[in-house]
Amino acid sequence: MSTQNEWPLWEIFIRGQHGLSHRHVGSLHAADAEMAIKNARDVYTRRNEGVSIWVVEAAQIAASSPEEKGSLYEPSNDKVYRHPTFFDIPDEVGAM
Amino acid sequence: MYAQMIKSTGEGVKSLDEMEPQERAFQERINAGGKIEPKDWMPEGYRKNLIRQIGQHAHSEIVGQLPEGNWITRAPTLERKAILLAKVQDEAGHGLYLYCAAETLGVTRDQMTRDLLSGKMKYSSIFNYPTLTWADMGAVGWLVDGAAIMNQVPLQRTSYGPYARAMVRICKEESFHQRQGFDIMMKMANGTEAQRKMAQDALNRFWGPSLMMFGPSDAESVHSAQSMAWKIKMNSNDELRQKFVDQTAPQAEYLGLTIPDETCKFNEETGHYDFAQPDWDEFFDVLRGNGPCNTDRLEARNKAWDDGAWVREGLMAHAAKKRAAKLAAE
Repeated sequence: MSTQNEWPLWEIFIRGQHGLSHRHVGSLHAADAEMAIKNARDVYTRRNEGVSIWVVEAAQIAASSPEEKGSLYEPSNDKVYRHPTFFDIPDEVGAM
Repeated sequence: MYAQMIKSTGEGVKSLDEMEPQERAFQERINAGGKIEPKDWMPEGYRKNLIRQIGQHAHSEIVGQLPEGNWITRAPTLERKAILLAKVQDEAGHGLYLYCAAETLGVTRDQMTRDLLSGKMKYSSIFNYPTLTWADMGAVGWLVDGAAIMNQVPLQRTSYGPYARAMVRICKEESFHQRQGFDIMMKMANGTEAQRKMAQDALNRFWGPSLMMFGPSDAESVHSAQSMAWKIKMNSNDELRQKFVDQTAPQAEYLGLTIPDETCKFNEETGHYDFAQPDWDEFFDVLRGNGPCNTDRLEARNKAWDDGAWVREGLMAHAAKKRAAKLAAE
């Protein structure tokens, strides 16, 4: 029961049938990538959830940290002009 | 529930004014319906409680495979066998989603497994009862999964993101479980006299233990108050138990089966069904390890873990060898 030998954790991404991107669905343990894909098929696609699987070893993922939330995302708060609804287009112009 | 008798580590609920700024911000986020994610700051008590609760929930899913696995090879038709196999496979998946959610809190899978196998961590009392006949497969799906759904649906809104997301997946699949159980009950209840008797007998044996799944009344419990403030528990045990009885009693009537409780009747005044409390002495005795199947269940899990050791180690050795060969080739 040694912990050193615990199978690594893999993050699983599945692409559904309708042309959307791969989406994170969860994680699982596996000895290697091949086994991670097989297990992902059994665990995450039992009900036709997808047609393509990506597996990434969790230790390989770099993530932003919650402390950076302000500096990373706040700058876009005051840039409302980036949204199309910022601009009033007269009705007579029609759909745009 | 699948996680019963979780004692919080705190000493009752602090008011916002009593909290340090960090904890206040955390609690305010929860109050506003926000989610807590793995890398966010959280009080130690929140983390510890969640590990216990999610861990116990995960263990219940895994141990819960045993009473049903008992009937896979003896299912009455090939179709029933395929359905039961799919259901038990789902339970393995549910255990896995939950273990992964717990792991985001900084505990390893192996540690949780060790704590289950040593008896340090618990699983739901319901899985310490035997499944004696095929009708029990119906009763388990209908009552046990039905009770589980009562608790799991609100947990989709729990404050901890990974737990809530695991619950969303689980709830989608639980509905299949309950319906397949009710389908078995319909078949049996409308079958021969012997089949009807088996269905009634299964209901008789599983009714009390199903009510116990929600845990004893916790109206006065400080542990529950803290868990509810943290939104890792969404309803009181009594509230969920009442909801379960209200939902299940008319279904039993539809089946033409009798709930083994003479006092179980619709009460016009309250708008709910009255019912008798299950035998709580029995409940505590089962939690202490004295249920009919406690020993069998833990032995089966320990055997699976020990017998699988060479596979786990062999596959790791194989993966290391392949990695080394790939590096050498580059």
